[in-house]
Amino acid sequence: MSMEERLRNAAAALEEAPELDLTDRAADEGLVDVAFATVDSPFGTLVAAMTNKGLVRLALAPVRVDDVVADLSRRLSPRIFEMPSRVDPVRRELDEYFAGKRWAFDVSVDWTLSSGFNSRVLHATARIQYGEVSSYGKVAAKAGSPRAARAAGNALHTNPIAIVVPCHRVVGSNGSLTGYGGGLPMKEALLRLEGAIG
Amino acid sequence: MIPPFQRFMDDNRTAVWRLLHVLCLPDDVEDCFQETFLSALRAYPKLTDARNLRGWVLTIAERKAMDSHRSRKRRPRPVESAPDRAARSPDGSDPELWEAVRALPPKQRTAVTHRFVADLTYRDISRVMGTTEEAARQNVREGLRKLREVLR
Repeated sequence: MSMEERLRNAAAALEEAPELDLTDRAADEGLVDVAFATVDSPFGTLVAAMTNKGLVRLALAPVRVDDVVADLSRRLSPRIFEMPSRVDPVRRELDEYFAGKRWAFDVSVDWTLSSGFNSRVLHATARIQYGEVSSYGKVAAKAGSPRAARAAGNALHTNPIAIVVPCHRVVGSNGSLTGYGGGLPMKEALLRLEGAIG
Repeated sequence: MIPPFQRFMDDNRTAVWRLLHVLCLPDDVEDCFQETFLSALRAYPKLTDARNLRGWVLTIAERKAMDSHRSRKRRPRPVESAPDRAARSPDGSDPELWEAVRALPPKQRTAVTHRFVADLTYRDISRVMGTTEEAARQNVREGLRKLREVLR
């Protein structure tokens, strides 16, 4: 046996590494930039992500957790860890919301993922009250571009924080539901839950 | 593209674990393993080059292993020592060979372990060691020659 082979064989005989969970130590040292977890809901499994500024992402089903993590890793920080405990406050508020017991969210929002016109549209959307609806034209106007209803629709389509930033409360000027990332049946169900439609 | 840290860890932990088994005393492997990835985590957001992440983390692991030896020397140790080592070594994989690898001059040891334990290419080894590819090959060749000599 050559020395190369002997080395390769001996290396292959070394044991495989055990799982390594650094989450607790990373958290102790403040090295967790993004914490995520899945959240069960009546509309399937959601993915929620928190930074130290607040809720930065709430992705609707159907979604692949790995895709959300890869996207957040790229756009925010690769120091992203699964930490259900950090997502618990959001989970609790969502549970109450879906049960019809919560009309507004207290969790703070991290707006980092949207900018410019999109951000202005989403901020305007965040001010639409529970039980009310607005139109694409109106949120566009509030965002400073009264004629940009279509662009407002696109902005809402990029909403990184579904439900908590209630893009489901924006409908067509004739009252039609138009579209929703989680599907129209979900949009309808949320508006019904909130009493905005009969 | 720098992958999410967990992915990076999953992709590289066995290479690091095995390298540490070769370089450390068995009692120190676990500590060094954790410390290696914690150090990596601290530096991770500053990384700009996703090529050769493995080489990068192996360099950290090597440093942790050397630190563990230094701090052992400072601490007075009970009787158990060198001869005990092979007997307690959990690697079960040719302890005599690893003993000889550990005794290699540093550059040769790094080149040989990176090549055969961590499976890096010569190109990646040269990047890690800041040498030419030819120098990396040369270090491996020299290391192998010495091992053959010692283990004859």
